[in-house]
Amino acid sequence: MSRPVQARRLEGVDKNIWVEFVKLATTYSTVNLGQGFPDFPPPEFLKEAFSRAVSGEKHMLHQYTRAFGHPPLVKILAQLFGKLLGRDLDPMTNVMVTVGAYQALFCCFQAFIDEGDEVIIIEPFFDCYEPMVKMAGGTPVYIPLRPKAPKEGKLMSSADWQLDPAELASKFSEQTKAIVLNSPNNPLGKVFSRGELELIADLCVKHDALCISDEVYEWLVYDGKEHIRIASLPGMWDRTVIIGSAGKTFSVTGWKVGWTVGSNRLLQHLRTVHQNSVYHCATAAQDAVAQGFQRELEHYGKPDSYFVQLPRELQQKRDQLVQSLVAVGMKPIIPEGTYFLVADISEFKSEVPDVPNSNEPYDSRFAKWMVKNKGVAAIPLSAFYCEAHKDNYNSFIRFCFAKDATLKAADDILQKWKLEKTAP
Amino acid sequence: MLFASRSLCCRGIGTYQLQTNLLSRSIKLSASDTMAFRHKNTRRIEGLDSNVWVEFTKVAADPSIVNLGQGLPDICPPSYIKEELAKAAAVDRLNQYTRGFGHPSLVKALSQVYERVCGRKIDPFTDILVTVGGYGSLFSTIQALIEEGDEVIIIEPFYDCYEPLVKMAGAKPVFIPLRYKNGGNSASSADWVLDPAELASKFNSKTKAIILNTPHNPIGKVFTREELQIIADLCIKHDTLCISDEVYEWLVYKGNKHTKIATLPGMWERTITIGSAGKTYSVTGWKLGWSIGPQNLIKHLQVVHQNTLYSCPTPLQEALAQALWVDYKRMDDPDCYFYSLPRELESKRDRMAQLLQEVGLTPVIPEGGYFMIVDVSTLNVDLSDMDENQPYDYKFVRWMISSKKDSTLDAAEVILKNWKKQSA
Repeated sequence: MSRPVQARRLEGVDKNIWVEFVKLATTYSTVNLGQGFPDFPPPEFLKEAFSRAVSGEKHMLHQYTRAFGHPPLVKILAQLFGKLLGRDLDPMTNVMVTVGAYQALFCCFQAFIDEGDEVIIIEPFFDCYEPMVKMAGGTPVYIPLRPKAPKEGKLMSSADWQLDPAELASKFSEQTKAIVLNSPNNPLGKVFSRGELELIADLCVKHDALCISDEVYEWLVYDGKEHIRIASLPGMWDRTVIIGSAGKTFSVTGWKVGWTVGSNRLLQHLRTVHQNSVYHCATAAQDAVAQGFQRELEHYGKPDSYFVQLPRELQQKRDQLVQSLVAVGMKPIIPEGTYFLVADISEFKSEVPDVPNSNEPYDSRFAKWMVKNKGVAAIPLSAFYCEAHKDNYNSFIRFCFAKDATLKAADDILQKWKLEKTAP
Repeated sequence: MLFASRSLCCRGIGTYQLQTNLLSRSIKLSASDTMAFRHKNTRRIEGLDSNVWVEFTKVAADPSIVNLGQGLPDICPPSYIKEELAKAAAVDRLNQYTRGFGHPSLVKALSQVYERVCGRKIDPFTDILVTVGGYGSLFSTIQALIEEGDEVIIIEPFYDCYEPLVKMAGAKPVFIPLRYKNGGNSASSADWVLDPAELASKFNSKTKAIILNTPHNPIGKVFTREELQIIADLCIKHDTLCISDEVYEWLVYKGNKHTKIATLPGMWERTITIGSAGKTYSVTGWKLGWSIGPQNLIKHLQVVHQNTLYSCPTPLQEALAQALWVDYKRMDDPDCYFYSLPRELESKRDRMAQLLQEVGLTPVIPEGGYFMIVDVSTLNVDLSDMDENQPYDYKFVRWMISSKKDSTLDAAEVILKNWKKQSA
């Protein structure tokens, strides 16, 4: 063929950081704190539910279910989110199940972003937002969270990274179709406050923009902070699609069950994309997740609720990792949520010198050095910025602390590293 | 369904001055409620919202209806595949993310099976993509390789999604019918053939691909080598791709052989072959499929995949891999599920054909697949009082569903026998 065989929509979206970093981690790492998935098992009640779905009498659970979501699952999601949002939700029209939150994001961009539409993306961002917007023919418009210096002697918190209101307002234009909000935020762990959400909401309403709200880490919130759903703010229900994930909620990232919640006026278009892309999602996992939610609704707010226990455990792991990183000379930014933690590694420029005029951002080189020489895999923060901004915040790396044995092993390595540094 | 608001485009909200008190926010909320909603669907999904399955499965969902409509087995999958799934789910790591383009053990098993079938080396990492069902493979293939300005040849009758998938990619479907060659008393799917001259006339310089489905849904035709050669010759002559949907590849009945067009000379480099776990192992609800082809084509499907859902569920892929190994080892043995399933289905095919013939209907005996089409015109049912706009067969099916209730093959037999009595 004289012209390229592939479609133009693939232009510029072929690269993917995970392909490179997962390979590195697999090759060199003994301790993988890079990719975001737990190394501990899912809760027993969920494993049992899956076992029942797979081996039980209901053998039709191995066949197609309802395309837009297995009825028991959409019903319980409508119930739970109805309660959380203070709304009556129809499981058939206000909820749609997807193959992970990833596919939910894909449906949103394909349903609402046409050529020429602008989509505001807050940096640092979960890397897929950018290529998904581009593949839909849209133009990403970036705005960074900017770090404010912490109080004297204190460690920085993810709350110290903030949007400049005037700067944010300047990003909205006639072409702005949507803004992507991710709270709690991957990679920083920021949990947007009510005031910050109101800022965004006001602009969405003013400019009649949609809000694609990626809330996959909604239950992983620490220090008594509250996860506020932007869809519950005035004027926002009609223009927000909420995205959630069983993988993050129940520590089963490999099940790839996600969902969207929103008004029928918006979800009808997500359904059109869904029925013309994957059509159905796997049945058994949906059935098990439905049972998982049933159990959680019964235990809601109680100490044995998984939604209470998991963040409690993860908070401890967060604090553990913070200590280890401080001891070795990194400056962690305490995350308010998610299971990620970003640490400043500028102290290490003596050990791993910067190379001026290099194509590769410093943090990327450092992360590669660290996995090859220390066996610890982490992801450079620059991976979560657009090409033009990769050097703006290039002395940070991201760790995942949803780990049990891996975290202990990491601690051992970091302790050793600290001793090597302080040795005469 | 069209909303009147689609024809309006209202951007008047942008001129409001923002105030920060609750009262003005609630005023704004009610103002935006009454204004036309500008967030309609993108151009790519215009007109793709209706779907035959949504309509008919809703009607057939009534439990008193015999559902012989949608293509899903009500027989159990083989026990070993369910056992493998239970085993996989018990391994912690297998509940988390796996390799995006396909779980390593699965792509390795697929490469082994298909190397044997195709008689050529297939690299598990570059020549295979695991997708969410055969549907997901069709989507990834079309999004990767088809775009505006392209024409795609579709053979009628066709599995319904081909048309909207091609349209969503911005391309133009070009249809060519299988024509019924009257061969005497008992009709066979082999009697439905393409006219070679007519087929040749459909190819031009804009033809990017032809979609082939063999064994064919809905007719059950198994294209012969000679028929495939005609298609292959045209693909080579016009430098056209072939998207070969072979999800029913194992469901081939006595006297027939499934031939892979990709194995014909000059075809491997231009063919994507699609397979399905759902159809292979009677687990439609697992939604796992695969695309196999040359690296220079598959790499583009992988790019689509990494920007749409990234990875497929892990435990399902692991279980499928183990099941494939079981059957790979006995591919010379008649007990192999790849051969035992079609034997089981052949007797059901024959039973159904007999029932239909006894009622005075003329079934088209399928050479493959698990569908059977039947000529109902011989019954001469008067449907003139039903909706004028629909084709006769739509009206007949609705009439049949509403007036001939009950449940699956056994019950279908009862209905059909009663029907015969009534019309006698």
